[in-house]
Amino acid sequence: MDVENVTALHQAPVAGLQGRFWSIRATLLSQILGRIGSGIIVLWAAITLSFISLHVAPGDIVSLLIGEQIRTPAIEAAIRAEWGLDEPLIAQYLSYLWRVLHGDFGRSYILQTDVATLVLSQIWPTLKLTGAALVVAVVFAVVSAVATAGLRWPRRIAGGMELVLVSTPSFWLGIVLLFVFSFTLKLFPVAGDRSFSALVLPALSLGLSLGAVIGQVLREGLERALEEPFALTVRSWGANALTLRLRHGLRHAALPAVTLTGWLIGNLLSGAVITEQVFGRPGLGKITVDAVLGKDLPVVLAVAILSAFIYVVLSTLVDTLYLLLDPRLRART
Amino acid sequence: MSVSSTDTSLSNFRARQVVYTALRRPGLLAAVVFLFIIATGTIWPQLLTSYNPIAADPLQAQLPPSVVHWFGTDQLGRDVFSRVVHGARYSILIGVSAVLIAAVVGSILGLLAGLARGIIDEAITRFLDVVSAFPDLLLALVLISFTGPGTFNLIFALGVASIPRFARVVRAQTFVIAESGYVEQARTFGLTPTVLVLRHILPHAMAQVPILATIGLGTAIIGAAGLSFLGMGPQPPIPEWGAMLAEGRNYLRVAWWIGVWPGVAITLTVISVSVLGRQWQAAFEGRRQE
Repeated sequence: MDVENVTALHQAPVAGLQGRFWSIRATLLSQILGRIGSGIIVLWAAITLSFISLHVAPGDIVSLLIGEQIRTPAIEAAIRAEWGLDEPLIAQYLSYLWRVLHGDFGRSYILQTDVATLVLSQIWPTLKLTGAALVVAVVFAVVSAVATAGLRWPRRIAGGMELVLVSTPSFWLGIVLLFVFSFTLKLFPVAGDRSFSALVLPALSLGLSLGAVIGQVLREGLERALEEPFALTVRSWGANALTLRLRHGLRHAALPAVTLTGWLIGNLLSGAVITEQVFGRPGLGKITVDAVLGKDLPVVLAVAILSAFIYVVLSTLVDTLYLLLDPRLRART
Repeated sequence: MSVSSTDTSLSNFRARQVVYTALRRPGLLAAVVFLFIIATGTIWPQLLTSYNPIAADPLQAQLPPSVVHWFGTDQLGRDVFSRVVHGARYSILIGVSAVLIAAVVGSILGLLAGLARGIIDEAITRFLDVVSAFPDLLLALVLISFTGPGTFNLIFALGVASIPRFARVVRAQTFVIAESGYVEQARTFGLTPTVLVLRHILPHAMAQVPILATIGLGTAIIGAAGLSFLGMGPQPPIPEWGAMLAEGRNYLRVAWWIGVWPGVAITLTVISVSVLGRQWQAAFEGRRQE
């Protein structure tokens, strides 16, 4: 679905600005600026959506923000002052926007702490986990695609394995890995985030199913690339099959796979929420689950806006990279 | 008369084709058989197991799989096989209902955007862009933090989170169909817009929705299990697969079977659904897979 998203971003912003007299460089620049502009609009709308959701949700806003915390006049007064609830709605909205833009996500009244500080303190273990999972996913995908593309039986077997991995809930894979490698073989720690070895099983359980998805896309792209005339040319130079696949085919095959990046990162982030729970790791996932169960809305909204921010930044970056890499996508009038 | 005879020979041909496909593709056959068993578990679980899924029996706690208890018993002495069978009802129904919500609302939004165009289309498309900037599962979590955990809230949250997928496809299809020659011709016949939309555009614009829904069902079942695993769905002692996994996680050291079987059930269900969905999609696109 994000593939379509990307194309929508292509077409919308700059179509009216293009004139024949513009130099190619200026067109490229304006296209890139257009992408960044629409990224900013999506982000602004995401923040606005979370503000609106607070106001249209059933129940009054003070009890929404308080969550499961006991309501005292002192806390209520603090919330009213912090969110400016006695001011007109538009003033509340503008000050909310202003605060979020400055990285101020308010206070969590359940945890009695500043939300931005809390999120920042927990972001590192989650980034470590998502990063490691991304490495697992990419390595798995590249190996499985390069080794099996175009070969009848290997690709069937790899395809079957990928179907199983895609259909396996990552947290159940985590439970099975825990049982085999931690409880039975005692190779890896059962919980926590104290050493590198504690990262291995969580990264595998989070990364493998995504690796399977990218692997399918990559293999399809690679098979298409290997049938193109350039593959024959490379072969005629005397290059062996592996060089052809790694140095030439993969470059073409990677483009559609890279398009998945935004979707991929979103998936990894929300998957991390569950994986952290399975392996008892600290991180954003743990505070998110606690916040959702305790109805600690300031924390939930902060995490949501943060992940939308990451998604928008990454997909804008990918789109821009695309423009730079593939001249065919520039200026289409 | 000749028409009816062609009809029967055609349906004979179709039936034979189905049998051939099943024999040539054992994977597809296995998927259909497994889904049939799951459907039985959903509609009439007593047919498959005689144990009560929520009756605790501390004397029988944590027994490994045996002839009496095929999948063993859990920490409270409940039969795991019976819980997995009865759990099908919750896990499948949550997934199916969420997909239904997403498909219906998504199709309506997509049709609206595709037919109205202009500012309405722009508004709907932008709205979908914003919603898809949040990862599905996280969006569902945000919704649940407003509504609180529970079976219905989980269905609602998952359903809303997967609306954009359907809306995008239906919108794109509506554009194509509304521009096509036969609709143009129907318009020149002087059909009213209502008839035009209901009889000529709608059926074709929505043709892919059932396929998308089948493929999306697998994702929805995994998503539902994940959210229940986090405690956002049906509450104990309801034997939902995700919730059973959460309980099993805590007893992994002493009784692996509590946490393994519900996961096997989820995985096999999702594989079967995907195999079926892919086959259907391949047939729809007019080419057989391999």
